[in-house]
Amino acid sequence: MAIDVAARAGAGGVRRPRRRAVRLSAGDRVAIAVMVVVPLLVVGGLIWFPTVASILLSFTNWDGIGGVTTAHWIGAENYRQIATIYPPFWPAVKHNLIWLGFLTFVATPFGLFLAYQLDKRIRGTRLYQSIFFLPVVLSFAIIGFIVQLVYSPTQGLVNNIIGDPARGGHVIDWLGDPSLNLWAVLVLVGWRHAGYIMVLYLAGLKALDPSLREAAAIDGAGEWHAFRTVVFPALRPINIVIVVVTVIEALRAFDIVYIVNRGRNGLELLSVLVTDNIIGEASRIGYGSAIAVILIVISIVPIVVFVWNSFQERQT
Amino acid sequence: MADARPPSSDPAEAGRSLLTRRRLLVTGAAGAAAAYGATASGAAGRGLSSSLLRALTAGTVTFGSNASDPVPKKAYANVFKAFTKKTGIKVAVNTVDHNTFQEQINSYLQGRPQDVFTWFAGYRMQFFAQKGLLTPIDDVWATLKPQFSPAFQNASKGLDGHFYFVPIYNYPWAVFYRRSVFQEKGYTVPKTWDQFIALCKKMKADGLTPIAFTDKDGWPAMGTFDILNMRINGYQFHIDLMGGRKSWDSPQVKAVFDQWRELLPYYSDGALGLTWQEGAQQLLNKQAGMYLLGSFVGQQFQGADLADLDFFNYPSINPKWGQDSIDAPIDGFLMSRKAKNVKEAKALLRFLGSAQAENIYLKSDPNDVAANKRADTSGYNALQKKAAKLIGSVKHIAQYLDRDTRPDFASTVMIPALQQFLNHPDDVNGLVKNIQRQKKAIFGA
Repeated sequence: MAIDVAARAGAGGVRRPRRRAVRLSAGDRVAIAVMVVVPLLVVGGLIWFPTVASILLSFTNWDGIGGVTTAHWIGAENYRQIATIYPPFWPAVKHNLIWLGFLTFVATPFGLFLAYQLDKRIRGTRLYQSIFFLPVVLSFAIIGFIVQLVYSPTQGLVNNIIGDPARGGHVIDWLGDPSLNLWAVLVLVGWRHAGYIMVLYLAGLKALDPSLREAAAIDGAGEWHAFRTVVFPALRPINIVIVVVTVIEALRAFDIVYIVNRGRNGLELLSVLVTDNIIGEASRIGYGSAIAVILIVISIVPIVVFVWNSFQERQT
Repeated sequence: MADARPPSSDPAEAGRSLLTRRRLLVTGAAGAAAAYGATASGAAGRGLSSSLLRALTAGTVTFGSNASDPVPKKAYANVFKAFTKKTGIKVAVNTVDHNTFQEQINSYLQGRPQDVFTWFAGYRMQFFAQKGLLTPIDDVWATLKPQFSPAFQNASKGLDGHFYFVPIYNYPWAVFYRRSVFQEKGYTVPKTWDQFIALCKKMKADGLTPIAFTDKDGWPAMGTFDILNMRINGYQFHIDLMGGRKSWDSPQVKAVFDQWRELLPYYSDGALGLTWQEGAQQLLNKQAGMYLLGSFVGQQFQGADLADLDFFNYPSINPKWGQDSIDAPIDGFLMSRKAKNVKEAKALLRFLGSAQAENIYLKSDPNDVAANKRADTSGYNALQKKAAKLIGSVKHIAQYLDRDTRPDFASTVMIPALQQFLNHPDDVNGLVKNIQRQKKAIFGA
């Protein structure tokens, strides 16, 4: 930063022999002040203040009526209730974890696989790329509507293709059976996520120095071996981005289940529980804040791992 | 996040918005143009001197409306035109999207609300009265009292016994069926639970789904809970239970779920994955025999099918109560605590409760039943007439579970609980205990 400032001062038409970076003109000082203070206010006001406020509110029973002064401090009562008597909570945690596991172990590897194959300049690769990337253009809200068209028990595509006799005269309740509907939704989530990962990874592969692969081939490495020992490690920066994207996608999942059945009956997610409790009439602000804080804590784990990882990398 | 919200969980709204969307397509731009023209010419065509005089002496009243769909919006416009003509008081309307209005009601009432605004009867209204966000309007009701049945009067009072609410219309929940199916198969309308179950068995043997049942959206199952509870334990117990004054793990509530379990074999396959519209289609296509729903189910029927649609009051279970209560949610108006034009607002409320206002409203939006007993019913269609008769004949009118209890309890506790029951109907003990624990936490707060 100091070097940048010095360079700027030198190039900025200040008629003065370049001495040391600390000696700045008044204009520069103002510029720096603005550059520091404005982002600070934005970050403080839009990120830190709401976060701290949520944490504080999570220890109250505020119902959103009559100013914050009417809130009563009730300690960890909200947390106790959430963990003990709130039936959707543990399913929501479980579903978020399943979501994360599915994206990490199924959808993301599949995206990598697609990218790796399409990078080989097979015929029609552009066409395939477009097809796989298409769902990424759709918002999850739209995909939520698609889910319903595909899976509706009586009018949906899947059950009608399977046909009545094959189902023994019964419908398969893809959307209403809590042991099925999460997986039905995840299939379409994976459909979108794989395309997204494919594009990211494809960009990385295109930037990869081809001589690396040639060298591996000359040394007699097989396809899988070359990928595992040469290509994959060389794409470490992209890999980190992909891990972060995957974790974020899993934790912020919301729209699709909210459209399908408002995130109930097998589709509970933490984000939905926060919304259910806070938005609407007679809101349970304190209670919803407590769930939000739990979500923050869960989100912090991968963030810490990520930050830790990138610092480690810089030091080496 | 919130921008992706689907239509509200409230059956009234879900029904209304769909209905009006269809009507919009039918009437098209012509209707909108006509409404606009009518407003413009109405203002210009009146006797100038007298209206000018009144305008100078009379003030303005502000009105917050959730009637964002074209049909009710136009209906209200016509009502206000008549009001201005009668009193000279102008109405400044602020229309907000229906669901947004509902979701923001908290901040709306605490911010700068309009003098008069649209809302619903029941605990959902009493809650805000209790929080001191509404103005009591006992003086308005001094004139309105003789025009409303006791059921409507009670529905308009807060928990403190004062009047807060002016009703305009409602619609009943009942068991809908197709007359032709009943005639063809020789079914008769059941009066008692035993007859009801016998009819279900017969329909099943005939290859029909006896009862269309759909609960993907969470709220339709509440209708069954309400009616069973009122049939088994009576209206007063139901209202006390909804108000948090009775225990959920009591034998009475368990009895409701036990009774409900008897119906499950006769429900639609995959009920938890179906919307109410899909249930209506089952009834329409003669795949299902009966359907417990609000009268907005008629929106899925047209022409000859609509004429074939009929309903009966839910059969009696406990002879002590017979068939004396139904769900019939009422829509109407409230006056905010912060109202600035008190005199004008009360004049408007008095007018909105009058038979004249109801006639104008229902002429433009003929899908409900007037609340005022002096309203003109000659223009009703067959279903409306029957609905009015049913509402007039029962002793008690409940407002539907999500309007009779705290909204947070209804949406965060009851919807998941009822869906859990439908998935695991055998663990009633654990279910009601859990509801009771959550009820204590929410109502005790």
